[in-house]
Amino acid sequence: MKIEKIVQALGLEVKCGKNYLDKDVTGGYTGDLLSDVMGNSREGYIWITRQVHQNIVAVASLKEHVGIILINSCQPTADTLEKAEAEKIPIMVSDLPAFEISGKIYNLLTAKS
Amino acid sequence: MVETNPNLYSNSFNIEGGNFNSAGIVSTNIKSILKKLGIPNDIVRKAAIVSYEAEINVVSYAKKAIVNLTVNPGVVQIEVIDDGPGIPNIDLAMQEGYSTADQRIREMGFGAGMGLCNIKNYSDDFHITSEVGKGTHLKMTIQTP
Ligand SMILES: Nc1ncnc2c1ncn2[C@@H]1O[C@H](COP(=O)(O)OP(=O)(O)OP(=O)(O)O)[C@@H](O)[C@H]1O
Ligand SMILES: [Mg+2]
Repeated sequence: MKIEKIVQALGLEVKCGKNYLDKDVTGGYTGDLLSDVMGNSREGYIWITRQVHQNIVAVASLKEHVGIILINSCQPTADTLEKAEAEKIPIMVSDLPAFEISGKIYNLLTAKS
Repeated sequence: MVETNPNLYSNSFNIEGGNFNSAGIVSTNIKSILKKLGIPNDIVRKAAIVSYEAEINVVSYAKKAIVNLTVNPGVVQIEVIDDGPGIPNIDLAMQEGYSTADQRIREMGFGAGMGLCNIKNYSDDFHITSEVGKGTHLKMTIQTP
């Protein structure tokens, strides 16, 4: 499923990387500990987190995540947005908590079409 | 004539301790070099993980470090030699969950005590030596097909 479809279905606010929403999401990982995400997420995943610091961009880029979703209306810093745009990583914001947004994305990704 | 540099590819990089704004630059650089060299994606990904964790540890705990990347047939090697406080008890530091990260580091999402475990898990061979008051030396080897 394309990121774009998730954005539409869940009403996410796209903060940067608007031109890179056509990538395929193969799965997701939810976590705020960067080493946990480093060790346990995979390429093609969408990453759900409340971290807003620019280090999230390096993690997402090194792990080849297709995008980052910030939960609870957390706002990315200006540095984060600038780096993410350069690395072609979309950052989206949801007003939902991690549990709910993760559940909704899980359902979208596993729904039989 | 004696061949002075028998490596297929080698390069060195510097990491500046304490600077979280540029944290990740060296590992990102290593990743793109390995990609350009045509190293398979799964190997590149492992190298990215181990070099990132080592880089963040230098930024978090040490003053500075030099990173040596060497690529030879069948093997990618990443060595990180830092100038820092060293690790008093390596067995303890290697335990998942053990961390001395301070509040500032934890606020950014570091300090889970998983970095060295990731390095060990994602390299085929991992050596760590450390001397208190001097620094820490990591040597990670990843095999390529
Ligand atoms: N280069 C280093 N110099 C000095 N101490 C280090 C170094 N690398 C690791 N340590 C020590 O080992 C501990 C464990 O390191 P490890 O990378 O596994 O976890 P962490 O850095 O605390 O958290 P995480 O990597 O999960 O964000 C650190 O908290 C620190 O005390
Ligand atoms: Mg660490």
